[in-house]
Amino acid sequence: MDFLTPHIYSYLAVSAVLFALGAIGVMTRRNAIVVFMCIELMLNAVNLSLVTFSRMHNDPAGSMLVFFVMCVAAAEAVVGLSIVLAIFRNKLDVDINHLNIFKW
Amino acid sequence: MISTILFWLFSILAIAGAIGLVFNRNPVYAALSLIINFFSIAALYLSLQAEFLAVIQIMVYAGAIMVLFLFVIMLLNLKNEEMELRFDARRGVALILGVAFIAEMAVVFRTFANPEQYRLAPDFTYGKVEAIGRALMTEYLFPFEMISVVLIAALVGAIMVARKHTYHS
Repeated sequence: MDFLTPHIYSYLAVSAVLFALGAIGVMTRRNAIVVFMCIELMLNAVNLSLVTFSRMHNDPAGSMLVFFVMCVAAAEAVVGLSIVLAIFRNKLDVDINHLNIFKW
Repeated sequence: MISTILFWLFSILAIAGAIGLVFNRNPVYAALSLIINFFSIAALYLSLQAEFLAVIQIMVYAGAIMVLFLFVIMLLNLKNEEMELRFDARRGVALILGVAFIAEMAVVFRTFANPEQYRLAPDFTYGKVEAIGRALMTEYLFPFEMISVVLIAALVGAIMVARKHTYHS
């Protein structure tokens, strides 16, 4: 049962799987809000690996970076959702395939 | 032993929540799966002895941000996204990139020079609120002040973008 004990690789593997799932979601989903949630998932995956490295070296820098990433993620969610609201007010739609007025 | 079981339980829950987010047609169910994922990641932080970050994860992510998301989803009253099972170019690229990322990470983990060197430190002294606060107020004081400017800018920007524009003055 020794191979089951959580090692640093285990945390990093979970983080990598979560990041890949978030990237797949960003590329495949069409609802703008779900795309935002997938971005939050990717931020969380990176946070998990940062906490793991911080724990590995017993160093505060990783934890501090996670703290600031959380603050920036909160700000990003607020601004992004207000942009989604403004788009929905104009077009009554948040499907990112239909939002192509800037496409040349 | 119990920590091993809890680690695998919560990592599987986290991955299941992420899968539920990516493959759920209903945006409300996707958001609820993401809340499961956030709680599981908070539990993983606890298993890494990062207590402060675990509490902040639950309060900020699972509490504030997800309430905001659910509020906007219900405000917009979105339809279910139809997810037909055809295999277009974008899905192919997404799948290839995702699998390539996982494979790359696996290669990176395999080629660590000396696995014995990459062990967790015996104790984590920076997980407590006291140590975090001390670091924030001394070494990281400037970024801490700057993040408050970022939050104020986001607040004002969100109000400006989302309000109803009336052009008669």
